[in-house]
Amino acid sequence: MKRLFVCALLCGVLTSCSRTRAPEARIGSKKFTESVLLGEIARVLAEQTGAKVEHRREIGGSRVLWDALRGDEIDCYPEYSGTLLKEILGGAQPKNPAELDALLAKHGVRAGKPLGFDNTYAIGMQEPKAAALNLHTISDLAKHRELRFGMTSEFMDRADGWPGLARRYGLQPKEVRGLEHDLAYRALAQGTLDVTDLYSTDADIEYYKLRVLDDDLHYFPEYQALFLYREKFVQDHPDIHEAIERLAGKLDAVSMRKLNADVKLRTRPEATVAAEFARRAFGAHTTVREPTRLERLVQRTVEHVGLTAWSLLAAILVAVPLGIAAARRRGLAQVILAVSSVLQTIPSLALLVFMIPLFGIGEAPAIAALFLYSLLPIVRNTHSGLTGIDRGLLESAEVLGLPAGARLRLIELPLASPSILAGIKTAAVINVGTATLGALIGAGGYGQPILTGIRLNDQGLILEGAIPAALLALCCQWAFDFAERYIVPRGLR
Amino acid sequence: MLEIDAVSKRFGALEALRNVSLCVESGQTGCLIGESGSGKSTILRCITGLVYPDRGAVKFEGAPIEPKSVQALRLRMGYVIQEGGLFPHLTAYGNAALMAKHLGWDDARIKRRIEELRTLMRLPEATLERYPRLMSGGQRQRVGLIRALMLDPELLLLDEPLGALDPITRSELQTDLKAIFSELKKTVLVVTHDLSEAAFFGDFIAVMREGRVLQQGTLDELTRAPADEYITRFIQSQHPAVAPRPEQVS
Repeated sequence: MKRLFVCALLCGVLTSCSRTRAPEARIGSKKFTESVLLGEIARVLAEQTGAKVEHRREIGGSRVLWDALRGDEIDCYPEYSGTLLKEILGGAQPKNPAELDALLAKHGVRAGKPLGFDNTYAIGMQEPKAAALNLHTISDLAKHRELRFGMTSEFMDRADGWPGLARRYGLQPKEVRGLEHDLAYRALAQGTLDVTDLYSTDADIEYYKLRVLDDDLHYFPEYQALFLYREKFVQDHPDIHEAIERLAGKLDAVSMRKLNADVKLRTRPEATVAAEFARRAFGAHTTVREPTRLERLVQRTVEHVGLTAWSLLAAILVAVPLGIAAARRRGLAQVILAVSSVLQTIPSLALLVFMIPLFGIGEAPAIAALFLYSLLPIVRNTHSGLTGIDRGLLESAEVLGLPAGARLRLIELPLASPSILAGIKTAAVINVGTATLGALIGAGGYGQPILTGIRLNDQGLILEGAIPAALLALCCQWAFDFAERYIVPRGLR
Repeated sequence: MLEIDAVSKRFGALEALRNVSLCVESGQTGCLIGESGSGKSTILRCITGLVYPDRGAVKFEGAPIEPKSVQALRLRMGYVIQEGGLFPHLTAYGNAALMAKHLGWDDARIKRRIEELRTLMRLPEATLERYPRLMSGGQRQRVGLIRALMLDPELLLLDEPLGALDPITRSELQTDLKAIFSELKKTVLVVTHDLSEAAFFGDFIAVMREGRVLQQGTLDELTRAPADEYITRFIQSQHPAVAPRPEQVS
């Protein structure tokens, strides 16, 4: 047990050391290419002031970013006016910019000026299919209930998304499903989907030769791209704010689509594309140094092991005593086992998102969620290990005259150790897999390349996350098999 | 002296003990005999403080066994169950040394005491380093006895100590045990369902049925003047003719 503790501690120290001095500006971006590009451009511009800038890429969707901004986890991020009004501010209709500013000020947020392009939602189909059915407007879709709709998961639930769209146009398709935005294009191309939502600046529209259906009932509002800032940040760092705002009015839809195409279709790194743009448009100089595959791997490994080790360590420290308590009192056992079982049934993605209001974004909420997931296997195995001990042995120990504490330490825990260790092993292996989802809320780890790989349709990048994750799970298994030799008493092996 | 004074114990609907009184004089060996469920193990559990009587009292050398006194009294008892009740994660030595170590005995003293008892129990030296699962049934039982005798208790409680052994091992251990009981002059209470064993060990035999002591006496007394029909049937069913005669110590 001691060795395990030391291992976990080492991992934690390693991850802590990897952090250096705090950045003066923290820019966030959503998990799609355009947002990452805007974040990168903002980073380059901000760096021109000499400040240390961190770009926390691909943290999540609008809600996650908005909460992160208000929660002082990031200082600014690129947003769209339509999303801001409809989704974030709940359908507010400010009459003039001053009114909007007042609304945002209540949240401690300030909006920048529009960047110069409108990335509205649009509805698209494969050109041949649309031509065959003679579809030109979204209204035309209402007559074809047989068409298979596949909408971006976020779009499915948004106030300005699918529910409102379906109501406005009277759309009642037989099949609507939610999926990743970048996968939707591929599904459309493969013919497994007929209709999907698009961002009008997506490079894929041209690439896949999609027909954009006319929003004839004017459902979609304007989606002017702009940066949202934390008010306090603007006050503390007016120079950085000003540097990023240089982008206002300088990026039109054509340029944006071209930048998107550079990344998505020509598979060039966002940082490079953004740096080139900043140099062309602003004469901004930056050294783009893409980390090598090995460097990326090392960083991801440190992050992933950190997530897994800290959450597992915390779970051991909490779950073993809980398991012991459960084994002592039958009434308590039912409560403890029921609660930890319920925790296990919460979908991992949901659990991660639940943690954001409590812990912000990044490692902390991911560790908290993984911790909760690890409880059940350890509690249950500790409980069953202890309650499974032969009653004769327990009574022998008691009659021998050993007090309760000594019985637990000298007899019960050693006898239950194979079961407890098996529980910890299960938790660890599950943790390694589940931790890949941490990337969805900015926790990094092996999930990051998987997520980016899905976005860029880059199988190599996906494998760069998936293979190490699988290997780490195996290593975990071996490490525990090895540890068993030291922890489980010889007489029980 | 071990006194069981009008003890009753109920587990839910089951009356495990009904007004049981029993007395084992210091240095004597008493045997409790009866079918399973007759309450004989419950008596041992009352003596060791694993359960407490609903009515009546258990006293050892005048001290009542109660929750607050039981821990200290347990150090004066040795308890052996079937198969020895050895802890599988400890070697024979580890099992025997467990309690002494906990009480802070130094290693040399523990070693000396185990060696003494090992000789007394005629246990091969190599067995001390073995884990219980690698020992024979007889060896496990001998180690269980060493562990029980470690602190030199005044009272020995044996619950079916020879029940799981093959006949030859069993008779060897029986002979050894009897010699040890009389040599160490312990107060001993043995629970068994085997009449010949009871007759061989016991200064007296108490026959139990349905939570009551039906009769108490030597095998001769039980045979000559059975208290009721059940005693006669019980004795006949166990072929007392082939059992060794009890040796009267008193």
